[in-house]
Amino acid sequence: MQRLRVRYAKRGRLRFTSHRDISRAVERAVRRAGIPVAYSAGFSPHPKISYAGAAPTGVASEAEYLEIGVNRPCDPRRVHDDLDASLPPGLDVLDVVEARDGNLADRLEGSMWELRLPGADPGEAERAVKEFLAAGRVEVERLTKKGMRRFDARQAVRSLAVVEGPGITAGQETVQPCVILRMVVRHETPAVRPDDVLMGLRLVAGFAPPSPAAVTRLAQGPLDATGEPADPFAFDRAGGDR
Amino acid sequence: MSVESLFPRLEPLLPKVQKPIQYVGGELNSTVKDWDEATVRWALMYPDAYEVGLPNQGVQILYEILNELPETLAERTYAVWPDLEALMRSEGVPQFTVDGHRPVRAFDVLGVSFATELGYTNLLTALDLAGIPLEAVDRTDEDPIVLAGGHAAFNPEPIADFLDAAVLGDGEQIAIAISEVLREWKAEGSPGGRDELLLRLASTGGVYVPKFYDVEYHPDGRIKRVVPNRDGVPTRVFKHTVMDLDEWPYPKKPLVPLAETVHERFSVEIFRGCTRGCRFCQAGMITRPVRERSITTIGDMVEAGIRESGFSEVGLLSLSSADHSEIADVTRGLADRYEGSQVGLSLPSTRVDAFNIDLANELSRNGRRSGLTFAPEGGSERMRKVINKMVTEEDLIRTVTTAYSNGWRQVKLYFMCGLPTEEDEDVLGIADLAKKVIKAGRDATGSRDIRCTVSIGGFVPKPHTPFQWAAQCDHETVDRRLRALRDALRSDKEYGRAIGYRYHDGKPSIVEGLLSRGDRRVGRVIRAVWEDGGRFDGWSEHFSFERWMAAADRALADEPVDVDWYTTRERDEHEVLPWDHLDAGLDREWLWQDWQDALGDVEVEDCRWTPCYDCGVCPTMGTEIQIGPTGRKLLPLTVI
Repeated sequence: MQRLRVRYAKRGRLRFTSHRDISRAVERAVRRAGIPVAYSAGFSPHPKISYAGAAPTGVASEAEYLEIGVNRPCDPRRVHDDLDASLPPGLDVLDVVEARDGNLADRLEGSMWELRLPGADPGEAERAVKEFLAAGRVEVERLTKKGMRRFDARQAVRSLAVVEGPGITAGQETVQPCVILRMVVRHETPAVRPDDVLMGLRLVAGFAPPSPAAVTRLAQGPLDATGEPADPFAFDRAGGDR
Repeated sequence: MSVESLFPRLEPLLPKVQKPIQYVGGELNSTVKDWDEATVRWALMYPDAYEVGLPNQGVQILYEILNELPETLAERTYAVWPDLEALMRSEGVPQFTVDGHRPVRAFDVLGVSFATELGYTNLLTALDLAGIPLEAVDRTDEDPIVLAGGHAAFNPEPIADFLDAAVLGDGEQIAIAISEVLREWKAEGSPGGRDELLLRLASTGGVYVPKFYDVEYHPDGRIKRVVPNRDGVPTRVFKHTVMDLDEWPYPKKPLVPLAETVHERFSVEIFRGCTRGCRFCQAGMITRPVRERSITTIGDMVEAGIRESGFSEVGLLSLSSADHSEIADVTRGLADRYEGSQVGLSLPSTRVDAFNIDLANELSRNGRRSGLTFAPEGGSERMRKVINKMVTEEDLIRTVTTAYSNGWRQVKLYFMCGLPTEEDEDVLGIADLAKKVIKAGRDATGSRDIRCTVSIGGFVPKPHTPFQWAAQCDHETVDRRLRALRDALRSDKEYGRAIGYRYHDGKPSIVEGLLSRGDRRVGRVIRAVWEDGGRFDGWSEHFSFERWMAAADRALADEPVDVDWYTTRERDEHEVLPWDHLDAGLDREWLWQDWQDALGDVEVEDCRWTPCYDCGVCPTMGTEIQIGPTGRKLLPLTVI
């Protein structure tokens, strides 16, 4: 069975889709596009589409990943175009490769996130980032399905900085002047989310932006020596000319 | 003057609410037309949560038809949940459409589709959030015409004060006609303001404008008469009936939501109307006569709908789907076409009939055989004669035996409690029936791995049915019978564990009864409940019986009537009913005779296969029964 790996974006209004919403939308788009998706055997067959590390509801992303098993070989470029045309605008296909060996999810070691904080003070943000990075541990709390959990939000953060310029807006509505934070966070259990880092900034330095952050995932992939996520498809692409 | 999108103001609120995706629009096959290029603009509302409202066929059909008109645009709006309502109030964001996120007040018409009366409080929330005065008399030329449709609009009197107009029956043609009246009136420079517009609509006889009718009461609270208060307004308003469904193959491009909704499928109406004559069934009475869609149109609609939507399930809808004259060819043809694909077919609303097991077998060729649902409605033979549900115990046992022997594991049985003339034994009879069903299943299969679920709710007498005169059963009696039935089912050692039991308690039915057969005075109760925080009354977690009763006590304190008067009181033949001036085509004398027949356990046949029994609809409305067979078959689809 051929497997196709897809990088897609979740932009603008569609950042409010939940993971379940996306999986329904993808299944329907695959059917409309006529992609010969394989189905599991058994009592109630399911299409063989798997998702790796979906961004939370409300968070935009330029780097979401899924894998489709197909019944007959497909040209990745054609799947790219057909699937993109069938998905609603805002769920946009960015890249399709034929999978080689290995588990895609294992290659997604970390994410680069961008947080736009309208109305926040740049000087306070700089100070809070410095204190956060200087700390060895920053304990935060989050309400999970299993109740309130306490965990360290510092160790998973590979880098964190206030950046210049408008940054990538991912189709979000333009807002007032704002502080932009960019961070690379290693995927761990429990997952450290951008929100958790924000809470950490408040705990170490009293940094409290006046309105909710607009969050975008910019990249996911293996964390190399540079500390930034590399292209998780590099290995698949190196496999040949197909 | 163009209208700005509210989205930039709504967007910052969305991260703070549950399921924000329901408010962003952008569904596949949705349309946002240019505001300035349209002259007539409709906001269509389903007054419940998006997850319930989006799949509604009526709204989808009107949305598509109106948007096909060159000078008309239509957008959709739904009830917002209380979490967003609170934020909209604090941030001053008005009720918006999900298509263009335009303010509802900027539209010419707010068309609201009421499938049930329990959406009335949500109408008030939407009006208030939109900045539209709640009472029609307070509205100005800056406000849209608030227009009700759907089955509940066959008695719009309880919400008459909040409506500018209501239409009865099929919406396709009347929506287009209303658009045309509006377009002409605007082209003339909107002479006479909204009153003139409403008068033009009312004078057609096809649009009910409540404020053009005065209701007079007897001292004891009964209605004396309902009379027009202006020249040119007809004394009766008639319902609309679309003939030849093949001419109206909508929805062509079904809306495909991103959010999860209650029906995740593409639905095709295979016919409208039903003349089985079940006396409790308002839908069957007000949608007559039967009009079938032909087998070939059904096939074309299914094919196009799947292609346009990507849905993997197709529902063949109607009030009693197995009654289509070519249903066997329809199901076999579709099952052949989609064999080996992942497309599932379903046939909701089928009767207790062994023939239907054949249909179900065809439809489940691709998938599993989990459960089948039948609705005997009444627990005893006598009860079923009263309600004219012509199913004998023998029929039922034969049907379920066939089902179980064909590999179905579970059968669901639907019943009602509190039917006219019902005694305790009639409800306890359901327990005996359920046990016989399990026994039949065990005998047929030799297996103990079979189940049956009994599902039961309170009966509510509805306008335009033979039971419109009946006393509704009080909720104490309903609850007592439901508990007795539960005990009778549970106490049985041999069969009890194979029988599941689901019930709805009797209190919500009393409120539904108040709203179904209420008159204009009930509007005060609705408003009081809404002011006390009433929202989403169809949802048990939001519904409060106590809030309704307290509001009714207050709002009706100066009247000679109360909740019991509206619900548990039997009406006599000549009492003027609040909806008597609204014409569904049913002859009042025939309805009364059918009510008397019910009390005498006399059954009536289906007029599709026996001579006309003069219910009055066809001659009054100028309609006729339209059924096959056409003799045509579905051909295999060409695979490219």
